[in-house]
Amino acid sequence: MEFLNSFILITNYIIIPGLTYGSQLALGALGITIVYTVLRFSNFAHGELMSFGTMSTILLTWIFIDSNIKFGTFPTAIIVLPFSIIFTIIYCLLVDKFVFKFYRQQKSKSVIVLIVSIGVMFFTGGLIRFIIGPGDKNFMDGERFILKAKDFKMLTGLDEGLTIKSTQFVTIILTILLVILLFWFLNKTKTGKSMRAYSDNQELALLSGINPERIVLITWIITGTLACVAGTLYGLDKSYKPFTYLHLVLPIFAAAIVGGVGNPIGAIIGGFVISFSELLITFAYKKFFFYILPNNFLPDGLLQILSTDYKIAVSFIILVLVLLIKPTGIYKGKIIK
Amino acid sequence: MQDKQHIILLFLSMFILIAFVGFFQSWNLALTIFNLCIISSIMSLGINIQWGNAGIVNFGVMGFAALGGLANIIVSMPPTAKAWDAGAIYILIGIIIFILSIIFSILVWLKSGLSKKKKYIINFLLIILGYFLMRYIIDSPIKAIESIEPAKTGYLGGLDLPVIISWPIGGLLAALIAYVIGKISLGLRSDYLAIATLGISEIIIYILKNEDWLSRGVKNVNGLPRPVPYEIELQSEPWVLELTKFFNIPVSEISSILVKLSYSCIFLLILIGILLLLEIAQKSPWGRMMRAIRDNEVSANAMGKDIKTRHLQVFVIGSSIIGIAGAMLTTLDGQFTPVTYQPLRFTFLIWIMVIIGGSGNNFGSIIGGFLIWFFWVQSEPLGLWFISQITTHISDTNIIKGHLLENAAHIKLMFMGMILLITLRFAPKGLIPEVKR
Repeated sequence: MEFLNSFILITNYIIIPGLTYGSQLALGALGITIVYTVLRFSNFAHGELMSFGTMSTILLTWIFIDSNIKFGTFPTAIIVLPFSIIFTIIYCLLVDKFVFKFYRQQKSKSVIVLIVSIGVMFFTGGLIRFIIGPGDKNFMDGERFILKAKDFKMLTGLDEGLTIKSTQFVTIILTILLVILLFWFLNKTKTGKSMRAYSDNQELALLSGINPERIVLITWIITGTLACVAGTLYGLDKSYKPFTYLHLVLPIFAAAIVGGVGNPIGAIIGGFVISFSELLITFAYKKFFFYILPNNFLPDGLLQILSTDYKIAVSFIILVLVLLIKPTGIYKGKIIK
Repeated sequence: MQDKQHIILLFLSMFILIAFVGFFQSWNLALTIFNLCIISSIMSLGINIQWGNAGIVNFGVMGFAALGGLANIIVSMPPTAKAWDAGAIYILIGIIIFILSIIFSILVWLKSGLSKKKKYIINFLLIILGYFLMRYIIDSPIKAIESIEPAKTGYLGGLDLPVIISWPIGGLLAALIAYVIGKISLGLRSDYLAIATLGISEIIIYILKNEDWLSRGVKNVNGLPRPVPYEIELQSEPWVLELTKFFNIPVSEISSILVKLSYSCIFLLILIGILLLLEIAQKSPWGRMMRAIRDNEVSANAMGKDIKTRHLQVFVIGSSIIGIAGAMLTTLDGQFTPVTYQPLRFTFLIWIMVIIGGSGNNFGSIIGGFLIWFFWVQSEPLGLWFISQITTHISDTNIIKGHLLENAAHIKLMFMGMILLITLRFAPKGLIPEVKR
């Protein structure tokens, strides 16, 4: 019984939040990885693209709620997702047409394009704040919980409660679906294969008759989709504030690099490595040991490795460590000169 | 000769812009902008020597500037006597133990002939041991120090020296940290280096925000001493009162203008000093070598140049310049507020200044710093004016108009993005291009 209690405690405070945050990071990191392998630059504007997607979702959600279109207890934000994905893709394509295309044709160095992406980041950030304002927006409606702590305690008779928020459930399910779809596309379809060929060797791909503009188009469609979904899920789970998305770029980069830049599986693994280490290092283990240790062995203090204030800093520390020890990441990624 | 005229023209128009602010808004505001322009220019000079001369991407401006700010506290605040009794020495010992464990694990990594697997395990254990030993030693003194009058002190305090000393100390502190960062991360490719430095600068800010015993964290350190007299002292001086009569403006305004003017003079001297040193460095054989390394690492290496050491050198120099500027900024503000350190304002804005001014040209960085800071401050009223101009025909009760006016301030981000994108596209060399030598 005591053991079960400690297990539920860990599930409630580490496993479920870790899976949720990890999924959000993984989707973001996938977007960065795909731009990096196909278009060959580190896209600092990705956080703002996520923010843009979330903003479209919020605006559409407001419109839907205003016109009384409801789908039971299901969150409206998920219903409008397909439409906001389209908006995000259109924005990505416009940015590519007016900004990135030029540098691709010039074959500019990747670091120059990185600085260009900072310009895009500034512009998009300003546009978003201009349209929706800098304040906090909560756009979650419908049923908030799938499983409440009280119900769980009643059901099992344990001391520890288990809560599953519906946003957490939706995040995990949607991430699994999207990842399966993406891998099917990359590995099984002809377009996906030609995309991988293009990212491996541009000249050779051109020689075999692959149309580069089409590859770029598809890359932005995938990136826009991933960014919009990742941003919306993050906003649903926490709450939407344009400012936080700027700070989200770094954990996402950390996830992409830890897993191995240029490797989609690595990006997913990296997302979970980052999210779980953030939680494991800042979790106060006192209650956990309270259940499994005899009482007189229990030490004082919260038994916390680092205080919760350092939660996000943990991802940067891991990022720096990985860059130093194994710059190619867990799964060996691609290094682009 | 064309170049010199071009530079003089640009600087003249910059001063006219600032004078416009003086005439139409207020001289106080104009001087505030001018002072911050100088600090921004010094920061962009620091980035310029790294990026423009050596091709190193340093996205850690924010961290180094904050370290300069920390130097202000360490140098100029009065020490908290009780804190030293409460066991400040233990904190020092704890941190030294942790650093020793890291140094020892690096030695194991480099010098011992063990297999890789064993090295990983030993290093892991060493660092974990060092960390928990440190926590065991420092946790209770930290608690004791932070509970000494938390509303007023609750931190170690400083050395109670004149604040102007903190500027070189800030540079030294930044140089020291830059040495460590550079040593470990300069081997990385440019975009990894960018992300790594950005990450490290965030870690520095997190430490400053949360280690209350060092910098009072988010409670801020207020009332830092000044190198110039206070307004209130000036207001009783007879010559100030005479000036008041002469210009016919209130005494409160003239005293604050005088304070700002004296800051401007000190800052201007430092800017010119740093500029001269950098120009000499750029023209020297050392500068030629740095450019050779930037343009072609392989051939520079073949000519016997030690690329790693040179990169480290220039990284440390540039970062210490940023540290000096950061210390000056905190002195000017009179307070140290860790939450104000945002990558957008401190890292990316400085980068925009360097790119717009012209990477590789020191004068370019200065004009970039002036111009971008000027528009960063002034684009808010400009944006408001612009929005109210285009919406004059819409009635005041319209929701869209209200919304637009409310969010007009955020136009400045869009504006900065646009300037950067347009410069990179149509004039990638910037306002004052690098001189071909």
